[in-house]
Amino acid sequence: MKKEFDRRAFMRVSAMSIGAGALLQFSPLATTARGSTMSRLFRRQNGEGTSPFSIVQLSDTHVGFQGPPDPLGTKAFERAVDVVNALDQQPDLILFTGDLTHDSDDPAEHAKRFAAFRSISGRLRVKKRMHVPGEHDAALDGGVLFRENFGETHYSFDHRGVHFVALDNVSHGKPIVGAEQLAWLKQDLARFPKTAPIVVFTHRPLFDLKPEWEWFTSDGDTVMNVLAPYESVTVLYGHIHRPHHTLIGNAQHHAARSLIFAFPDPSTREKKPLPFNSDQPFKNLGIRTISGSSATQAFAAGINDVELSIREISGSEGVMQMLREGESL
Amino acid sequence: MKRTAIIVILVALIAAAQLGSAQEPAPRVVEISAKRFEFNPKQVTLKRGEKVTLRLVSTDRAHGLLVKPLGVDLDADDGKPGEITITPDTAGTFPAICDHYCGSGHGNMKMTIVVE
Repeated sequence: MKKEFDRRAFMRVSAMSIGAGALLQFSPLATTARGSTMSRLFRRQNGEGTSPFSIVQLSDTHVGFQGPPDPLGTKAFERAVDVVNALDQQPDLILFTGDLTHDSDDPAEHAKRFAAFRSISGRLRVKKRMHVPGEHDAALDGGVLFRENFGETHYSFDHRGVHFVALDNVSHGKPIVGAEQLAWLKQDLARFPKTAPIVVFTHRPLFDLKPEWEWFTSDGDTVMNVLAPYESVTVLYGHIHRPHHTLIGNAQHHAARSLIFAFPDPSTREKKPLPFNSDQPFKNLGIRTISGSSATQAFAAGINDVELSIREISGSEGVMQMLREGESL
Repeated sequence: MKRTAIIVILVALIAAAQLGSAQEPAPRVVEISAKRFEFNPKQVTLKRGEKVTLRLVSTDRAHGLLVKPLGVDLDADDGKPGEITITPDTAGTFPAICDHYCGSGHGNMKMTIVVE
């Protein structure tokens, strides 16, 4: 069963003028029977119990991209870093869901873009930052540069009672996870009870959102079948440069906005980046927060999406103020 | 006697199979060339109910040809063509894309398959 979320019911758009990406707050409900069970399990396995926490998701920074849809380059990414750093309550960790860099045919140039990404992300106060590759990071070289910078392209870890799984659906060149990673996923999940809260973060959608725009993963169904027995599954992804929320079975799928430019709604005919608007330079680039809890799930979810904004300066004048000496639109 | 009958039946079956395969025409082959970031031709027209072999040939690097509604998911690399034989049963215009990332113009690498 697949259905779009009722955004009004599911999301509360905050009036806060805060940045880009997604802030997620997880409340594993240690006070419920399920929460207590999970707390005991994780304490036994990892030495840590469940407790509420928040994370931020940032996506599609495309460091190195040059083009009309975003003449500001890394400005939105840099703004997002400032905004996250200014949050009163710092998130526990930050998930980057791919396309950290824009590819180059010259490996040396691509390596510079990875270095530039690390330079900007290194300004984040939150030091626990996890990454998965997008096709622009890893499809041309099979993930060589990504691994040099961030380690394996798929992995998992536990954090305060939530099991996080990083999946790579780009480095084969095609939109596929592949048999080897699927076998690893089955093995990775085998130690958990069906009530374990699981967050999968990946780049491409794990369902057929719009295959003719390459918004899909060819073996996404197989991945979701592996996850199907688990009662609380959240998939966070990027790639589509716009927010999107879908519930399929027990799994919530949430796409984050990008930090470079936006793509149109998938119901439109052509996949063309939305044009840059100098009066609203960060329009459609924004923050999403997931917060709250549910009595029926081990952790969960109210998502807030807020566009990135310029607080002190606005309009074209604001854009000009952001340009460095010698830069122009 | 029994042995002779079995041989006769086997010969008859083989002859029938050969006759059948001889009567079935080889499917039409449609070759599609791929290079960064374009297909050639840009449009292919097929007939509904006609068995056809789509052959993807790359002249530079790895490319894909994906048309999900027609069950087409081909890969080709330089010197390694990919092919699939299909019998489309639904008329329509189907967008086809390269689904093997091939560089910054990859998003524009597309063509159309028309079934009439």
